[in-house]
Amino acid sequence: MTGKGGTGKSTVAAALALALASRGRNVLLCEVEGRQGIAKMFDVDPLPYEERRIAAGLPGPAGRAGAVFALHIDAESALLEYLAMYYRLGRAGKALDRFGVIDFATTIAPGVRDVLLTGKVYEAARSGRKKGTSSKGGAQYDAIVLDAPPTGRITQFLNVNDELAGLAKAGPIKKQADTVMTLFRSPRTAVHLVTVLEEMPVQETSDGIGQLRSADLPVGGVVVNLVRPRDLTGDLLDAARRDELDRETITGQLKDAGVEVDDSLVDGLTAEARDHAERRALEDAQRELVQAMDVPTYELPRIAGGVDMGGLYDLAAALREQGMA
Amino acid sequence: MSRKRTRVGPLATPESTADPLDVDALLDDQNTRIIVCCGSGGVGKTTTSASLALRAAERGRKVVVLTIDPARRLAQAMGIEALENTPRPVEGVNGGPGSLDAMMLDMKRTFDEVVEGQASPEKAKQILENPFYVALSSSFAGTQEYMAMEKLGQLHRDAVETGDYDLIVVDTPPSRSALDFLDAPERLSSFLDGKFIRLLTAPARGPARLMTAGFSMMTNALTKILGATVLQDMQTFVAAFDTLFGGFRARAQKTYALLQAEGTAFLVVAAPEPDALREAEYFVERLTGEDMPLAGLVVNRASTAPAGSLDADEAMAAASRIDRTGAGDPEQTPGLTVALLRLHADRIRIVEREAVLRRRFAAAHPAVPTAVVPALSTDVHDLAGLRRVGELLAAQR
Repeated sequence: MTGKGGTGKSTVAAALALALASRGRNVLLCEVEGRQGIAKMFDVDPLPYEERRIAAGLPGPAGRAGAVFALHIDAESALLEYLAMYYRLGRAGKALDRFGVIDFATTIAPGVRDVLLTGKVYEAARSGRKKGTSSKGGAQYDAIVLDAPPTGRITQFLNVNDELAGLAKAGPIKKQADTVMTLFRSPRTAVHLVTVLEEMPVQETSDGIGQLRSADLPVGGVVVNLVRPRDLTGDLLDAARRDELDRETITGQLKDAGVEVDDSLVDGLTAEARDHAERRALEDAQRELVQAMDVPTYELPRIAGGVDMGGLYDLAAALREQGMA
Repeated sequence: MSRKRTRVGPLATPESTADPLDVDALLDDQNTRIIVCCGSGGVGKTTTSASLALRAAERGRKVVVLTIDPARRLAQAMGIEALENTPRPVEGVNGGPGSLDAMMLDMKRTFDEVVEGQASPEKAKQILENPFYVALSSSFAGTQEYMAMEKLGQLHRDAVETGDYDLIVVDTPPSRSALDFLDAPERLSSFLDGKFIRLLTAPARGPARLMTAGFSMMTNALTKILGATVLQDMQTFVAAFDTLFGGFRARAQKTYALLQAEGTAFLVVAAPEPDALREAEYFVERLTGEDMPLAGLVVNRASTAPAGSLDADEAMAAASRIDRTGAGDPEQTPGLTVALLRLHADRIRIVEREAVLRRRFAAAHPAVPTAVVPALSTDVHDLAGLRRVGELLAAQR
């Protein structure tokens, strides 16, 4: 799950994980560069570098729900684990740390960081498939949702091969990158993009799809987030935009409902309606652009009070209804 | 208008609202030489930087604005869609003694220029062609941050020398860690000074003085993981780069000092969302901790409170009463009025939620002057739009 900053990609990733965790399926939700966003969203203690069960899935119509596990991946831990796993570098790993190599590799060496982060996701996917392999806690996952870096960086992040090209042309780290790429380019992966119906995010989404495609990475769908309520429709929306709403009907209905009505209240409501209608028109124009992208689209409402756990389940239900999970 | 009884959030007390940020005073103060806009991605940093720069120019300052990744149409409007890495005058700035130049950062070019400026042509060529350098200069996660600061240092030196500019406005990269750019100088110099680099350069310098057991264990491990060529490329790069280390570090530290200096003003940019405000809080605390001069907080995309006294609960109650009785014109069922009341309630709830978030921030950081900019219905992609944002920035009560 990727998306421009401010579009709510982490929220959508969490909602998708909950939605997928229906009908007894187990889902792993990973974050790779967050500030413990998952922990904050699900209101649990900060996550360690270890898979943790954090929530029960959305109960499906047919039977019991699965669980959502979470994993916070940081490059340092991934590197040390990688060294221990593949090279049995217990002592040498420490020596590397002492000479500042771990720090170097994870913060400065170009591309290495991303190889490590994606490599860990790959490991999780692998342990989910094969029974009895090394995954901690032995959890088996039916799906992995990755809260990935933003749209502007997603292709570079997933395309670890290219990032290493010219640097490591051979050797184990290159081989590791190749293996990871094979999974990312396979039909088992889908890169979803989160956007809001505003010009820049929509433009960036369209650019992002182009970049993913030219890197042979499988594009999933576009999730349109924070969509305004649509209580006003059709002719009424047009009338609101032209400031031609029927003030008498409004006044009458308000009075019948026991509201103290004066001109300023009706002025206020019609002004809000006009403002809303203008934004809806802009949203519609952007929606057309999204639909022209020729990928499946899903829409999630803006929740006025902010997204809490209840809100996450609501969003998950909306994604499931629309067939995303 | 009737008396105000709009309900606000539970934490709301009028006292905890921050002082308004006086943008014009900041821009008009001739001692303000550098304004740095920072904040997480997607909060409108670039627009804020460009609007401040335009407003300052139209108020008589000689301004240059350094943007990182402007929206295409905004870049076009400012005449900087081509990556040139040098400032160009912006057309259409309203007259007076001021002026506005703009540029978009070309990270790789900036890095190349630093190398070319510091090394002999022969050595520079050797460095620029090294695969490790190519990777470092185009994709290293901190390069953009460091190069933004490098460019700021350059612009500042030029400004002092030529007098072309008396105010530099800098947009910062949308870092994955919003603090990366502050760390960039230190990280680079610790990288260049680090044990690891010293060790890599040691063999190239002659007899392996440092060939301890630990070291060979390390190089063996690295060779095993990365492959021998990578280590070799790195060694060649580091050896070639060695003579530039001193210069690089000195520049990084100078830029850091420049950021701390009196003429610099940091503005933290945020949106009224929990994540963005949390990032803003990190920024405020970090800037304060590093003795960086923080001028204030800009909250973009704020929802505007509706007029009138009808609160959210009353509106929803009235809406459900109308719904239940099915009152009103049968032509307009499910009812225009119901829709209006729901929209009204929705808007009030958003305004209330944002107010709570802002007050929470203000309660924790009462000394940070704040400017709140209402959400615009369209994206800003021309000078008129920037001017409008500038007015909104300045119009804090």
